[in-house]
Amino acid sequence: MVAEQQPHINKKLIDILESVSDPEVPVLSILDLGVVRYADFEDDGKVSVKITPTYSGCPAMDVIGDDIEKALTEAGYKSKVKLILSPAWTTDWMSENGKRKLEEYGIAPPMDATADKAALLGNAKIVKCTNCGSTNTHLVSQFGSTACKAMFKCDDCQEPFDYFKCLT
Amino acid sequence: MSNQTLINYILGIADNSLILGQRLGTLTGHGPSLETDIACTNISLDLFGQVRGYYQYAADLSEEDKTEDDFAFLRKEREYKNVLLVEQPNRDFAYVIARQYLFDVFHILQMQELQNSKDENLAAIAKKGIKEVSYHVRFSGDWMKRLGDGTEESHNKIQEAVNNLWGYTNELFMMTEADKEAAEAGIGVDVSKLKDTYYNRVENLLKEATIEIPESKYWQKGGKEGIHTEHLGYLLSDMQYMQRTYPNMKW
Repeated sequence: MVAEQQPHINKKLIDILESVSDPEVPVLSILDLGVVRYADFEDDGKVSVKITPTYSGCPAMDVIGDDIEKALTEAGYKSKVKLILSPAWTTDWMSENGKRKLEEYGIAPPMDATADKAALLGNAKIVKCTNCGSTNTHLVSQFGSTACKAMFKCDDCQEPFDYFKCLT
Repeated sequence: MSNQTLINYILGIADNSLILGQRLGTLTGHGPSLETDIACTNISLDLFGQVRGYYQYAADLSEEDKTEDDFAFLRKEREYKNVLLVEQPNRDFAYVIARQYLFDVFHILQMQELQNSKDENLAAIAKKGIKEVSYHVRFSGDWMKRLGDGTEESHNKIQEAVNNLWGYTNELFMMTEADKEAAEAGIGVDVSKLKDTYYNRVENLLKEATIEIPESKYWQKGGKEGIHTEHLGYLLSDMQYMQRTYPNMKW
């Protein structure tokens, strides 16, 4: 499955795409997030980009598509952005760098699937508070401020925080 | 299978999510607590996301130059193919949860089968949606238990909601002509085969939640054929208002 998970991105386009950020979590670039699955030049010189949503109803996708086109236009390229659903996005596509940036930003990064289930069912205290680092935390709600997040609260420092849900 | 039959099959799945999504969407700012308000609207958003995938695909198949908005906003009541269960009004939070749970269990079983569809587009939407629907059923199942095994008041309310919605569950497993053709072609799901698994799972949870399993003497049906309860007309006039007032708006 590794081949399927590796996006195809032309090296010349990496810097341009890296400059586009997720509108809901601006600290992450769309490459960190792993939503860009394909970016390369077509025969007619246009850039073709394929992106996949984190969640089907993610309202940020239209904005991300527009932002990509804008960034490419500014770099002098004509482009077309297409939304694809398959293969479905998983949190595994988020880069390690992206997970670190998320945590610094105050959103607990997604864990692996087994740990995630335990955490969301309230069976295990493993989600680390982004404020004080304690794992003495509890789930407040499986649904948070955006489709990709759940709400947690730290029982040590009492701070509420977001957790980026795991999707595998 | 003709394109029109495939479109009818797709609408049969999509309309359930659209109408339920609209019902949940009207809870924005009206949920009983901030967390449940956000949860219901998140679920609504997931459903709308899936719906767009279905309608866009149906629009591609359509020979009449239709768009996703035409399917969502410009059909008449009799043209909607959703089951009666999802159009039932919110009434109170117990109804919202019972309706959600009774649909979610069906939805996940349907998606699990649909991801093996020979149709690539439908398989892709299902594979994506399955991850979301597992969160939905976890949420609604937890609340079923919390309300059923909660206070006397919450127990009575969820019991009443289950009693009143139970008669709508059997329709989930009825096969329309489009369902039959799609299932034979290996594209669609034979929902009639999901029935036993569905009732087993639901009844186990009801027992755990100390909710009595209702004995229904009469099963409601008609939605899949376009014969709806009085509630759908009101929902549509609300949902379609903007598109009909300002034609050609895009969502």
